[in-house]
Amino acid sequence: MINWGNFISQMFNGLVLGALLALISSGLTIIYGTLGVLNLAHGAMFMLGGYAGYVAYTYTDSFIVAIIFGSLFVMVVGLVVELVIIRHFYGRPDEDQLLVTFGIGMCMVELVRLTFGSLSLTVPAPKVLAGITSLGFMFYPTYRLALVGIIAAALLGLFLILYKTRIGMIVRAGIEDSVMVASLGINVYRVFMIVFGIGAMAAGFAGIVNAPVVSLTPDMGEAILVQTFVVVVIGGVGSFPGAIIGGLIAGEIISITSMINPGYAYVMLFAAMTLVLVLRPHGLMGSQSRA
Amino acid sequence: MINQRRFLVETLTAIGLILAPLILPHLGFAPNTVNRILVWGLFGIGFDILFGFTGLLSFGQSALYGTGGFVAAYLLTQAGFPHVVTALFIGMIAAAVVGYLVGLIALRRTGIYFAMITVAIAEVFFFVEFNPLADWTGGENGLPGVPSPSFDLGFAHLSFSSGWSLYNFLAFWYFIGIVIALRIIRSPVGAVFRAIRDNPLRASAVGHNIHGYKLTSFVIAAAYAGFAGGLLGIMQAFMPPDAFMFDTSAELVMQTAIGGTGTLFGPLLGAAIWLFLQDFLQAALGLGAAWKLVLGLIFVILVCFLRRGIIGGIVDLYDLATGKKAALEAAAEAAEAADAAGTLEPASATASTPKLALRARKGDSYQGPILQATGLTKRYGGLTANSDINFTVNHGELRGIIGPNGAGKSTFFKMLTCEVPPTSGKIVFEGNDITGQSVTDVCQLGLTKSYQVNQLFNNLTVRENVTIAVLAAVRGKFKLDMFRRIDKVPGVTEQVNQTLAMVNLTARADTPVAVLAYGEKRRLEIGLALANSPSLLLLDEPLAGMSPRERVETVKLLRSISQGRTMIIIDHDMDALFELVEKVTVLQEGRLLVEGTPEEIKGNPIVQEAYLGGVLEQ
Repeated sequence: MINWGNFISQMFNGLVLGALLALISSGLTIIYGTLGVLNLAHGAMFMLGGYAGYVAYTYTDSFIVAIIFGSLFVMVVGLVVELVIIRHFYGRPDEDQLLVTFGIGMCMVELVRLTFGSLSLTVPAPKVLAGITSLGFMFYPTYRLALVGIIAAALLGLFLILYKTRIGMIVRAGIEDSVMVASLGINVYRVFMIVFGIGAMAAGFAGIVNAPVVSLTPDMGEAILVQTFVVVVIGGVGSFPGAIIGGLIAGEIISITSMINPGYAYVMLFAAMTLVLVLRPHGLMGSQSRA
Repeated sequence: MINQRRFLVETLTAIGLILAPLILPHLGFAPNTVNRILVWGLFGIGFDILFGFTGLLSFGQSALYGTGGFVAAYLLTQAGFPHVVTALFIGMIAAAVVGYLVGLIALRRTGIYFAMITVAIAEVFFFVEFNPLADWTGGENGLPGVPSPSFDLGFAHLSFSSGWSLYNFLAFWYFIGIVIALRIIRSPVGAVFRAIRDNPLRASAVGHNIHGYKLTSFVIAAAYAGFAGGLLGIMQAFMPPDAFMFDTSAELVMQTAIGGTGTLFGPLLGAAIWLFLQDFLQAALGLGAAWKLVLGLIFVILVCFLRRGIIGGIVDLYDLATGKKAALEAAAEAAEAADAAGTLEPASATASTPKLALRARKGDSYQGPILQATGLTKRYGGLTANSDINFTVNHGELRGIIGPNGAGKSTFFKMLTCEVPPTSGKIVFEGNDITGQSVTDVCQLGLTKSYQVNQLFNNLTVRENVTIAVLAAVRGKFKLDMFRRIDKVPGVTEQVNQTLAMVNLTARADTPVAVLAYGEKRRLEIGLALANSPSLLLLDEPLAGMSPRERVETVKLLRSISQGRTMIIIDHDMDALFELVEKVTVLQEGRLLVEGTPEEIKGNPIVQEAYLGGVLEQ
């Protein structure tokens, strides 16, 4: 028998996880779409956001400050990483880009492990959003409910940047054809750097807003990165709407399968990915242009 | 390169493995460390074939390592299976079978998609091992009590329990692993692997079923991983669940990249450096947990500056020291200069050139037009590149296609060779409907194309380039002759030499493509299409970018090639083309404008209008 209360609560958990994955994946996917670089350090950026937020929180006791500082810190890290390392890899094969971003991610994880230790840390939810809320038919942690809204707002912000601003238009044009954008006289390298920063910030923001829900560990980014890959494969690389749809699908699959047997969560996720690969090799919202 | 002297590498490996226990202890290597290096090294051989030789970067090898290891360990500990070596082989087969199934899914895509999919698959295995299969695998406890191998030979009892005695057992398997891997990479299959790494598009266009070969490479890597996984359990007398962890795949990737890809020995060297530094940083320098950060930094620096790893760096240094690199660069410059001046040995060999015999094919008895396209149309969204083209070419004909830029000539060629499917219409080649077939199959039928922009295997030599094309012709699109030497495949050497002679590159046979002059690359491009001895050869702007002198030579070359062969040539050099071909087809704005002899076309006012515009109005 299905416990309906449990089921609905898991649906909500799926929504929270899905929104989170959507945000992280959209960061990954706009970076790949524009720069052509799959950032294997993206999971580490997510983790870094959590820790940076934790530090800000311990000093100021303010969750808002933690969010701002966490996101900005990861953005700056992203800008520096792009400027110092990634920039020199645009002309090199995909494999080299994968290797170097993987190495960068590993260094970040180890650096955090060295500074904060391997033990898990927690960031409490802001007081206004602590506790539980009655939805009439069930009780649900208030912060998780709020989290869906917070992430939706962030995604909306990302959407507005991408679709309503000049820089967003350049980024979207760059996803289509970055050579063409460069030949229109736009400094495409500066755009690349900004995109990398924005993408990293999306992951960092996700890391800090998610911190009250989970506990922070240095290698928390690894599992998220794998899930993000599935999201991107399902949604289609380079597609912002695809990242959102893929994220929600993946979140629900993981949550609902976990209710029945957590051991099969990844199997189901993987089955969904395979199904998409067979039926629509370029992902649900992907196009042929990027192989 | 690797196969200069037969068995040299094998002999050196054997000597190295025998000497290692005498030397390494003095360098501070404990026997257990050396044993771990060997297991990683063996695991890495397969991975290097996959990544270094075939160019497929998988981050999911842990799934196969763990599968092989746990199957072997389960047989030996839970199922009471007595034979250690047999269990290892069963584990290896299990991993290979799993690898085949995983490969079927992961290889649906290439590049970063492939990397992402392999990561995801490996994560599935990790969770399955921990939860649903915990009863068999021991979950997070792993499987303890894996026995060490011992053999009763009747007169003596051999037991390989731990330390240096276990080393002998592992070294033996490492040696076998290297010998097999060397045979594979020296075989036609190995050559195709390298071709796929360098230029998958061309590898399939010269007639290799690259999906089949990629899957082969994946299964080989899986088999190595499975066997190494089994050895891991034996070495530790315990099969650890972390064999399945992402860290295992990651460590393998990093060790291979540190040591050097495409060398087979890179992973061994990388593992030695990795494990040595791990011990050294932790114990000697007292860095504790920071060792991994240091290794990570070393890895990033290596990827940035030494893209071919330590072994690649050593090779470069050696070339620098012996002046080989300078010589190569000087040769490249000289070739470019000579080429520009037109003093390169002329194609005067034409008279004595051995003719590449036409291959007997199914379609040979077919009478009638060799190629017939009807109603060929190609639309890209709103853009109609080709519209309702009817086109017939007869046996032995030499046809030219001209048209202003954007007339749809290249798209038309791409449809004829089945690189892109037509939106509508039908293509019949030697009586077979080839519409919708793959470029590989069409090449195997005897229809090839030389590309407008060179599509060569840039990291290989001229001879290796041509060999890859010839291999597809003599072996068919897929054949698993993994243990055969390339020069033992009947007919290959002759056909390679004939092709090289025909495109006048015999003297440059052992030159890496990267240092060829432009004109030479262009001739090699034609050579790749010609090596298969096609009955219909399409040439997309063979004269593009050539100096006037080179054009004259190339036209001569094309004329000699055309004997006994049907050819269709696109070019903008009308003088050359009109001199060469018997009949010309003019395309304009995706439509067939007019067809006729060169004289008719020259005098045709519609053609003049198409090119110059406004002539008719005068």
